Amino acid sequence: MKRIITTTVINQSGVLNRVTGLLMKRQFNIESISVGHTEQPGMSKMTFVVNVEDERKIEQLLKQLQKQIDVIKVNDITDKAMVMRELALVKVATIPAVRSEIYSIVEPFRATVIDMSKSATTFQVTGDPEKIEAFIDLMKPYGIKELTRTGVSAFVRENQKVPTNHVSIL
Amino acid sequence: MEVNVKAKESTNKEQTRSGADVLIQSLKKQGVDIIFGYPGGAVLPIYDALYKNPIRHVLARHEQGAIHAAEGYARVSGKTGVVIATSGPGATNLVTGIADAMLDSLPLVVFTGQVASSVIGTDAFQEADIIGITQPITKHNYQVKNVEDLPRIVKEAFYIASTGRPGPVLVDIPKDISTQMFLSVTDENEGIHLPGYQPTKNPNYLQIQKAIKVISNSKKPLILGGAGILTAKATRELKEFVERHQIPITNTLLGLGGIDGDHPLFLGMAGMHGTYTANTAICDCDVLINIGARFDDRLTGNLAHFAPNAKVVHIDIDPAEIGKNVPTAVPIVADAKEALRELLDQSFDSPDTVDWLTSLNVNKKEYALRYKADKEKGILPQQAVELIHRLTNGDAVVTTDVGQHQMWTAQYYRFNNPHNWVTSGGLGTMGFGFPAAIGAQLAKPHERVVAVVGDAGFQMTLQELSLLQEFRLPVKVVILNNQSLGMVRQWQQTFYEERYSQSLVHVQPDFVKLAQAYEIQGYKVETMEEAEKVFAEAFSTNEPALIDCRVVQLENVYPMVAPGKGLNEMIGVRGE
Ligand SMILES: Cc1ncc(C[n+]2csc(CCOP(=O)(O)OP(=O)(O)O)c2C)c(N)n1
Repeated sequence: MKRIITTTVINQSGVLNRVTGLLMKRQFNIESISVGHTEQPGMSKMTFVVNVEDERKIEQLLKQLQKQIDVIKVNDITDKAMVMRELALVKVATIPAVRSEIYSIVEPFRATVIDMSKSATTFQVTGDPEKIEAFIDLMKPYGIKELTRTGVSAFVRENQKVPTNHVSIL
Repeated sequence: MEVNVKAKESTNKEQTRSGADVLIQSLKKQGVDIIFGYPGGAVLPIYDALYKNPIRHVLARHEQGAIHAAEGYARVSGKTGVVIATSGPGATNLVTGIADAMLDSLPLVVFTGQVASSVIGTDAFQEADIIGITQPITKHNYQVKNVEDLPRIVKEAFYIASTGRPGPVLVDIPKDISTQMFLSVTDENEGIHLPGYQPTKNPNYLQIQKAIKVISNSKKPLILGGAGILTAKATRELKEFVERHQIPITNTLLGLGGIDGDHPLFLGMAGMHGTYTANTAICDCDVLINIGARFDDRLTGNLAHFAPNAKVVHIDIDPAEIGKNVPTAVPIVADAKEALRELLDQSFDSPDTVDWLTSLNVNKKEYALRYKADKEKGILPQQAVELIHRLTNGDAVVTTDVGQHQMWTAQYYRFNNPHNWVTSGGLGTMGFGFPAAIGAQLAKPHERVVAVVGDAGFQMTLQELSLLQEFRLPVKVVILNNQSLGMVRQWQQTFYEERYSQSLVHVQPDFVKLAQAYEIQGYKVETMEEAEKVFAEAFSTNEPALIDCRVVQLENVYPMVAPGKGLNEMIGVRGE
C-alpha cells in the first residue's frame, strides 16, 4: 500500500541523505519525495510517498525516522483529511492538425501553457497525483516528448472532524 | 576608558584558541580520561594540542584495535569510549568498530580528521567521505563546518552517545577547523538543545498497569533479559523483581551477567546456542517479559515458532525495537531501571509459578549443558573455559572474539557479576576480543581480565600485543586453538557434508614465540594436566600472559538451533 509521510527536519546539511539513506537501509521503496523550506526558519518539510507491505512495516518506518536526531516530527497522513498537490511539466507533440483538439482536452484540467513551438507545447498541470495521471494518460496518444513531476507535497487539513468517506486517491 | 579597552583586549587574547585546543578542552570538560587513537596528517593539530594539554592517550597499532579497545572500555566502565583517527584510511579503518558499536549499543565518540574544508569534494589526498560512509552505522554524525560550533557539537556528541539507547557518534573535523583560531565563548551553562532527540526514560503508568495484570494472571511467565538491563545498571532491581515474583529468567548473549549465572531462577542463555531449558521455556511460556533485548534473529530463531503461546511484554528504551520483529501485547518505552522500579513499587499478586518452576528444574537437570571429555583426544574447549572459571571464581572480566570459543565461553563461564562480559554480539566481529580486553583492563586496572579468543580471530588484531608490552597490562590471552575457523568448519560439517572449504588452517605462527617477541610470557598446552598447571601459573601473576591452548579440532558447539529452525527444534541437546 502507498503511504504519504511528512517529516519536519532540521535544515542541516546531509539531512536529506540521512532520511533517504535510512529508507534504503530498511528496504523501503520511495515513490516520490519533495523537500522545501517551511514557515519556520531552519526547518524543512519533506513529503514522501512510499510503498509498504503492511502496518508493521509502516510503524517501523515511522519509528526509525523519528529516531533520527535531525528529524523533529513524523506523520503518516495517508488516512487524514489533507491537501495534496503535485506539479507536472508535460511536453506534448502538438502538430497544427491536432492542436485545438488537445487544447480542448486540456481545458478542464486547468493546465497552463508555459512554452510552445511549431510542433510541441509544454503544459504545466497541478493537482493531486490522480489528476496528473489522468492528464498524462490523455496526452499519451498525441506523443509525450518529455515529462517531469515534482513529487507530492502535502499537509493535513485544518478541519479533521468531518469524516471523509475517503477514497484513497493514491 | 583606555584601561578598560586594554583589559578587554587582553582577555580576548587569552580566550582565542585553536579549534584543536578547544576540542581537547571540551574533552576534559566531558571528563574524558583516556583516548584510543592513531595520528596522521589531518589530526596533527589535534595531536599537537594533546601534546600541550595531555589526556592519557593509548596508541593502538591499528585503528581497528583502537576502536575495539574503546568498545571494551565502554562496555565494562559504562563510560563513553573516545577514539581519534586521521582522515581517509584512518577513518575507514574504524568502520568495522563503529558498526559493531552501533549494533551492540555502545557509547562511543569518534573523532576523525578530514581534509581542509577548501578541498573537501576534490578527491584530495586522504579524503574519504566518512560522513556518508558512517551515516547508516552511527547514532548520529557531524562534520564541523564552523569552528564556533565545535564546543556545542562535542557536548551534543557525548550526550547523544551516552543517553537513550547508547551508540557511536562520529565527529569529522576538517584540518583547517582544528588550526583556526577563534574566541571560544564559554558555554558552561548553555543547555543542550536537541528538539529531535528526547529519549523516554520513565514508563507510561497505564502500560505498567497492563503489564502487571498480564504478569499477575500468568501461569508460565518468563523474563528475557538483554543488555539493556546492564546499560541501565538495573541488575539489583531485576534480581529483586525476579525473586519477589518467582519468575524464571533467561539472558540474551549480550545480557549475560544481568543475573548471577548460578541463580536458581536462571535458565542459562537463550538462542542459537542457548540451553534447551531456556529455549523450550520461550516456546512454552504464556507471558514473555522482554527487558532490554531486541529479539535478534540469533535469539529468536524462526519467528514463526517463537514464543507461540506468549503474550509479549517488551520494555525497551528504543521504541523502534518494540514490535519490530515480534508482535507485542504490552509495549513499554522506558529505561529498564525505571520500568523495574515502577514494577517494584506496585504491589501486585505474584503469579503462581510453582509448577512451572518445577518442570523447568527437571529440564535444567535433564538437559544440562554437557560434553564428553576424553583424555586421549586432548583438551576440550569447554574444559578450558571451566578451568578459567574455576581459577577466577567466575569473577573475571572476560572478553571473547567471535566463533565457537565465544559460544563455549558464553555457555560455561557463569558470571557472578554484571559488566564483566565483553563480546561482539550483533556484528559478530572477528578481531574484536583481544583489543576489547585491552580497553577493559584499562578501565578496570585492578581486575582480572581474560581474553578468550580463537586462533583465527586473534590473528586479525594481534598487533595490539604491543599494548600489553608497553603498559604491562596483565591481560591473560587464552587462544582456544583448534587450528581451524571453528565455527565455519562446524557449519560446513553440519550443513555442507564436511566439505571444509578454506576452514582448516595448517599454517600458524608459533604463538609462544610470538608472545616472546612482544616480551610477554607465552605458554603452549596440549593436555588437561598441563593446562591445570600452566593456567594456574599464568593466572597467578600480575603480568600479561598468552596461552596457546590446543583443543580438539572437531569439537562442536551444542546444543544448536539450525538457521531457519524454531527454538523448539534444537539439535545436539545431549551434547553430540
Ligand atoms: C571479520 C569476520 N570475518 C569472518 C567472519 C565469519 N566467521 C565467524 S566465526 C569464524 C571462525 C572463527 O575462527 P576462530 O577465530 O579460530 O574461532 P573458533 O570458531 O575456532 O573458536 C568466521 C570466519 C566473522 N565473524 N568476522
